[in-house]
Amino acid sequence: MKLKKILPQLLTLLFIILVFGFFTMNAQENMGARGLEFGFGFLKTQASFDIQFSLIDYDGSHTYARAYLVGLLNTLLVAFIGIILATLLGAVVGVARLSPNYLIRKTASFYIEFFRNIPLLLQIFFWYFAALRALPMLEDAPMLLNSSFMTIKGLYAPAPIWTNFDVFFTTIITAMIIIFFFARYAKKKQEQEGKRLPVFFISLAIFIFLPLLTFLIGGVDLSWSYPVIRQMSQSSYTFDGGLKIPPELIALTLALTLYTATFIAENVRAGIQGIGKGQKEAAASIGLTPNQVLKLVIMPQALRIIIPPTTNQYLNLTKNSSLAAAIAYPDLVLVFAGTAMMQTGRAIEIVGITMATYLTISLCISLLMNWYNKRIAIQEK
Amino acid sequence: MSINEFNISKLNHHKNRNISLILGVLFFSVGIIDFYLNNYFNTNITYFLPRIINFFTPLIFGVIGLHLIRIEFSGIKILDSLNKNINTTNFNAALSVSIILLIIFGLPPLLNWLILDANFAGNTKEACTGGGACWVYIKVWFNRFMYGMYPNAEQWRVNLTFIAVLVFMAAGFFAPTRLRNYLSLYYVLILPIISFILIYFIVSGGSFGLVWVETGAWGGLSLTFMVSFFSLIFCFPLGMMLALGRRSDLPIVKYSSLSFIEFWRGVPLITVLFMSAVMFPMFLPDGTYVDKLIRVVVAITLFEAAYTAEVIRGGLQALPRGQYDAAKSLGMGYWRMHVFVILPQALKLVIPGIANTFLALIKDTPLIFVVGLLELVGMLNLAKTNPKWLGFSMEGYVFAGIIFWIICYSMSKYSQNLELKYKTDR
Repeated sequence: MKLKKILPQLLTLLFIILVFGFFTMNAQENMGARGLEFGFGFLKTQASFDIQFSLIDYDGSHTYARAYLVGLLNTLLVAFIGIILATLLGAVVGVARLSPNYLIRKTASFYIEFFRNIPLLLQIFFWYFAALRALPMLEDAPMLLNSSFMTIKGLYAPAPIWTNFDVFFTTIITAMIIIFFFARYAKKKQEQEGKRLPVFFISLAIFIFLPLLTFLIGGVDLSWSYPVIRQMSQSSYTFDGGLKIPPELIALTLALTLYTATFIAENVRAGIQGIGKGQKEAAASIGLTPNQVLKLVIMPQALRIIIPPTTNQYLNLTKNSSLAAAIAYPDLVLVFAGTAMMQTGRAIEIVGITMATYLTISLCISLLMNWYNKRIAIQEK
Repeated sequence: MSINEFNISKLNHHKNRNISLILGVLFFSVGIIDFYLNNYFNTNITYFLPRIINFFTPLIFGVIGLHLIRIEFSGIKILDSLNKNINTTNFNAALSVSIILLIIFGLPPLLNWLILDANFAGNTKEACTGGGACWVYIKVWFNRFMYGMYPNAEQWRVNLTFIAVLVFMAAGFFAPTRLRNYLSLYYVLILPIISFILIYFIVSGGSFGLVWVETGAWGGLSLTFMVSFFSLIFCFPLGMMLALGRRSDLPIVKYSSLSFIEFWRGVPLITVLFMSAVMFPMFLPDGTYVDKLIRVVVAITLFEAAYTAEVIRGGLQALPRGQYDAAKSLGMGYWRMHVFVILPQALKLVIPGIANTFLALIKDTPLIFVVGLLELVGMLNLAKTNPKWLGFSMEGYVFAGIIFWIICYSMSKYSQNLELKYKTDR
C-alpha cells in the first residue's frame, strides 16, 4: 500500500530531474561551444540601440537593464490604458445587452459577436496597416478641438507643462487619503447614529478644491505646449512641441480594448442576470430608491459574479499586449526578447527574464484581484 | 376634435392621437431627411440655425418626433410594439435615434465599398478601377491564402489528410457497443498517433512515391487548421494527465502538475514561441535539428495543455462524489476507475469547454508568424508587400476577418448549444 503511494511520486521526481538535467547539460555544452557563460552581467553593458517610444529618458548609451525597464514600462502603459478603457466599454456594453431597447440590445450583441470572433492579431494589423494608414499626411491633417492633429504619423496633442508638479501631486495624494478616512468616519457615524453624510459630494469637493488651492497659494502653474507644424524641406514636415502619441500605441490600445471589452461585457451581463428578480423587488419594497437598489443590492452581488472571470480578462489583456511586437510597438517582447537578444545572443537568460516578468505581472494582478474578491465575498459565519 | 381642445401638455395622450402621430412622424422624417441630405448631397436644410444646434438637429428632431408618437394604448398594434421596444423614455428615444443615424451614416458607404463599387472580374491589378474593394486581389491570391507555398499539384494531399482525420474522429461516434468502453482511450491515445502518421507520410511526404514538401512551404489557412487541430489533439492526453495529477493525493505529483499549469498559463504565447524558436535549440544536444513546425506545435501543445487541464479539471469536479465511491466499492483501482467510469462522463461534460479552448487556439494561431511560419494572416502580410499588388491590405484583412469570423462564430454557437443541452440533462 505504501509502495503504491511512493512509487508514482518517485517516478515523477525522476522524470522531472532527468528532463531538467538533460536540458541543463545540453545548455551548458552549447553555451560553452559558443563561448558564452551563463550570467546576467550583460545587463550592465551598453545597449547601443535606440527605442522609438520611451516613457523614461533613454538612448543608445544606456544599459540593457535600462532598455528592459523601457520595454516593461511600455508594456505596463498599454496594459493599464487597455484595462481601464476595456472595463468602461465592457460595462456599458454589458448593461446595453440587457437594455429594454431593441436597437440598443441588438447593437450591443452585434458588437460583441463581431469583435470577439476575429483573431486579435488580425485586428491589430487591421487598425495599424489598413485603418490608421488611411489618415492624412502631416501637412494635410485638419486641426481637431483647436489643438490636436490626427495624422498618419500619430496623434499630436497639447502637452501640459507644469511648474511645481510635485506640490500638485502631493496634494492629490493627500486629498485621496483625507477622502478615505472621511468615508470611514461617515460609515462609522451612520452605523452608530443612523445619520447619513453626503459622502460623495463632500469627497468630490475635497478632490477638486484641494488641488485647485495649490494653483492659488502653492505656486503651481500649468501651461500647454501646442504642436505647431514646421516645414523641414520641400516635402517633409514635422511638429514642434506638444505630445506625440505613436500610431502603434493607438492601434494596439484600440484593438486590445475593443477585443477584451467584448469578454468583459459578457461577464457583466452574466453577473447582472445572475441576480434574482426577487432581490430587486424586495429591495424596492423596503423603500429603497432605484439608485440605492442598484448601489446597495444589485451591484454588490453582481460584482461577486463578475470579478473572477474579469480578472482572467485583465490577465489576458496584459499577456496579449505582447502582440505589440507584431507592429513594432517597443514593448517588453520587442525591445528585450527581440532587439536585445539579437545583439547579445543570450537566448536563455533573456527569454527567461521575459517569461519571469510576465509571470510576476500575472501573479500580481491575480493576487490583487483575489484580495478584492475576498473583500466583497459573502461574509459567511 | 377641434383645435381648441388641443392641449399641448397632453400632446401624447391618446385623445390627440392623430395630431401627435402626424406631427411626430413629420418631425422624425425631417430629422432623418436632414441627416441624409447633409451626408450624401451636401445640402443643409437647417443652415439658418446656429452651428452647434445645426449639428444636432437630426437628433433633436428625431427625439421630438419619437416623443410625440409615444402614445399609451394608442390602439395601433405596430405603434404600441414600436414604443415598447425602442421608445420607452426620452433617453431611450435619443439612443435609438443615434443608432438609426449611425446606420444611415455607416451602412451605404460600407455596402458600396464591399459590393456595389467593388471589382470582381479580371485577373490583374488594372482590372480594379472602381472606388470599392478589389476582390480580384483575393481571387488571384486565393490559392496561396489557402495552401501557402505548397505545390499546386500536391494540394490534394493536404485535403486528403484533413478528410481522413475527420473520418477517424467521427469513427468514434459509430463504434460498436463492444468497443464503447475504450472510446476515451481511442480519442486520447490512438487518434493523436494516427494523425501524426498521416501528417508525416501524406502531407510531408518523402516515401510511397510522394514528393517531399518541406514544412517551410506549408502555409495559408490549411496551416492554421493543421497547427490548431493537431495541437488540440496532442494537448488532450497531456492536459488529461495534468488534470488528474492536479487532483492527485500525492504531493509531488500534485505540486509539479500545479506549477506546470500555472507557469504556462502565466506567460504569453508569443514568448513561448520565442522560446521554441531561439531557446529550445540551446537545450538540445549539439547538432540535433528539430523542424520549425514541430517545435511550434510542441510549444503550442504544452501551452494549450495547461488550459485544457483546467477545463478537464472542471469536468472532473462537476461529477458527483457518488460516482467515485461507487467505482471504488466495485473494487476498481485508480486507473480502471478513471478509464471506465470517471473520464467517459467527465469528458462528455467538458466538450463545450474544449470547443472554447479550440476557438481560442484558432485565434492564437496567427502568432506563429514570429517564427517565420506563414499561415493565413502571415500570407496576407507577405502578399501585401508584393510589388505587383501594393495597396490592397484592407481587402486582405477584411477577407481574413470574414473567414475567421465564420469559423469562430459557428463554433462558439455550437459550443453554446452543447452547453445548453448538457445543462438540461443534469
